[in-house]
Amino acid sequence: MATVEIKNVRKSYGPVEAIKGIDIAVQDGEFLVLLGPSGCGKSTLLRMVAGLESITGGQVVIGGRVVNDLDPKDRDIAMVFQNYALYPHMSVFDNMAYGLKIRGVPKPEIETRVAKAAEILELGRFLTRRPSQLSGGQRQRVAMGRAIVREPAAFLFDEPLSNLDAKLRTQMRIEIKRLQDRLGITSLYVTHDQVEAMTLADRILVMNHGVAEQIGTPLEVYQRPASLFVAGFIGSPPMNVLDGVIDASGQGVVMPGGALLPLPRPRPDDANRPVKLGIRPEHLTISDGLAASPILVELVEALGADTVVYGRLPDGESLLIRMAGLPSCTEGDQLSVAPQPGALHLFDAAHGRRLAD
Amino acid sequence: MSSLTSALPPAEGMGPRVARWGLYLILLLFAAYYLLPLVVMLSTSFKSLDEIRTGSLLSLPRDISTDAWIYAWTRACIGADCRGMAPYFMNSLVIVIPAVIISTLFGALNGYALTKWRFRGANVVFAMILFGSFLPSQVMLLPMAQTLGFLGLAGSAGGLILVHVVYGLAFTTLFFRNYYVSIPDDLVKAATIDGAGFFQIFTKIMVPLSLPIMVVTIIWQFTQIWNDFLFGASFAAGGAQPVTVALNNLVNTTTGVKQYNVDMAAAMIAGLPTLVVYALAGKYFIRGLTAGSVKG
Repeated sequence: MATVEIKNVRKSYGPVEAIKGIDIAVQDGEFLVLLGPSGCGKSTLLRMVAGLESITGGQVVIGGRVVNDLDPKDRDIAMVFQNYALYPHMSVFDNMAYGLKIRGVPKPEIETRVAKAAEILELGRFLTRRPSQLSGGQRQRVAMGRAIVREPAAFLFDEPLSNLDAKLRTQMRIEIKRLQDRLGITSLYVTHDQVEAMTLADRILVMNHGVAEQIGTPLEVYQRPASLFVAGFIGSPPMNVLDGVIDASGQGVVMPGGALLPLPRPRPDDANRPVKLGIRPEHLTISDGLAASPILVELVEALGADTVVYGRLPDGESLLIRMAGLPSCTEGDQLSVAPQPGALHLFDAAHGRRLAD
Repeated sequence: MSSLTSALPPAEGMGPRVARWGLYLILLLFAAYYLLPLVVMLSTSFKSLDEIRTGSLLSLPRDISTDAWIYAWTRACIGADCRGMAPYFMNSLVIVIPAVIISTLFGALNGYALTKWRFRGANVVFAMILFGSFLPSQVMLLPMAQTLGFLGLAGSAGGLILVHVVYGLAFTTLFFRNYYVSIPDDLVKAATIDGAGFFQIFTKIMVPLSLPIMVVTIIWQFTQIWNDFLFGASFAAGGAQPVTVALNNLVNTTTGVKQYNVDMAAAMIAGLPTLVVYALAGKYFIRGLTAGSVKG
């Protein structure tokens, strides 16, 4: 049980800066998800916390102790790896017990702790088996058991579910969530899967090119993305991004096709400013009026619970619309759609940061 | 063999069938070509000198006699020393066993350090070690002779062990390095976080996973060192000579009638250990050469 503070942490490989100064304080018992595309530096950051990568600049503080120069074993952390990293020649019991044995924990206590972890993870029947005799989900549970028995200050998860098939992934995601709720151990979890991030996290740290694009709760990140990158990365289907211009009065945004979308609040200072306009597909509805734009329906994906319509605006921009229920239009239809009031996201046209609401 | 035949498509019609038998015939000829010397050696070694003189080279022995074997083992003269092959056989064992164990262990350690604790310049170091396996052994003779003299190991079994360890390291390192590349790095990282140190990870994680490549390396090193003649002839003095050198001396120093049966028996004695090792561990050898990865 501890806090994990990452203070202006940097990582360079020669002249290449992979992590360009990340700051975040993870609260005791908090579940922080590091989310981003591959190569964004999220795994590197996690490995720096673990002690598997050296820290070029800044500090990592675990439980109030600066751990920059400590070996991984002295950092009081446990890590779960993507490919499980179980010791192939050891039984499930020995896999879980190994870390305790090395630390000289007395045998009876090892047995108690492993038994307890096995019970939590429903691995009791498999303790004498080798990892090769287990299914993917069971192996992942053993990997988590290995972390649990150590009773560490923090759990570090490095894309633990990416090797599992879709169904098992959903199941294990729920298990991890329950486990963390039950044990209340501070957790850092790396993933590129936004669904994992949204469902597991207390807070999400969205990373791109080694910088933190946004830190916030899942809903904050979803409802008020801090940048075009976050807006595009979170949400499926992704947010529509269009070029627009704030009108001369500062009351609305003019879309390329001429539709005038009212702004939630007037922005007289930003009059005539070009902006990037973000509209989530689910916030577009079929309607007429000043705010509406005509679209040509190019493709309709009926997903059962909802329908995704791929439309094209007169100026050639594509527009995704997500509607509840079964499709009410077909390819070739002309529709008139408008965003729901107040559902606009405005971003600076040049650097992509969100404009103050 | 079985995998070869099963991999071939089933024969249909006469043409393919004839081709198939033709193939078998060629394979049989090759097999005979390679086996014939062994057959001649074995059969000659069990013949008496009279029979060798009167019979043909290829005929099988009429009466099987082990006299030549016993003579070669206990009484044959190697130079002026007529104690047979036995003491030299022991010399070889005394050299080969420690040299194989040491070079294998250090090869494993090198491979582990080169793959799992990648330091700056690890690839350059590996390239240099790899280069060592292409060096002809003659190149080492003079510098090694000086080194052994400097260390006071010239002419001793210890000196030969050192020579074989040094020369073998290039190969053993190569074997283990290539095998360990396929073991996931995360395994080592997991062990690091579990609290294991450099040598603990080596002994408790890497070595237990190395059985197949260990067998390959041991067979390779055993065969190489046991069969070595050049280093043995160059660096071992008189009574410390390995069995290969003794065999050469036995065959070359016979006076009077050439005792082919004794020569053949001595050659068989000198060659048997490698055959035995291969027979015992051969299946692991094939397995180790083909398998490489340890999938979780």
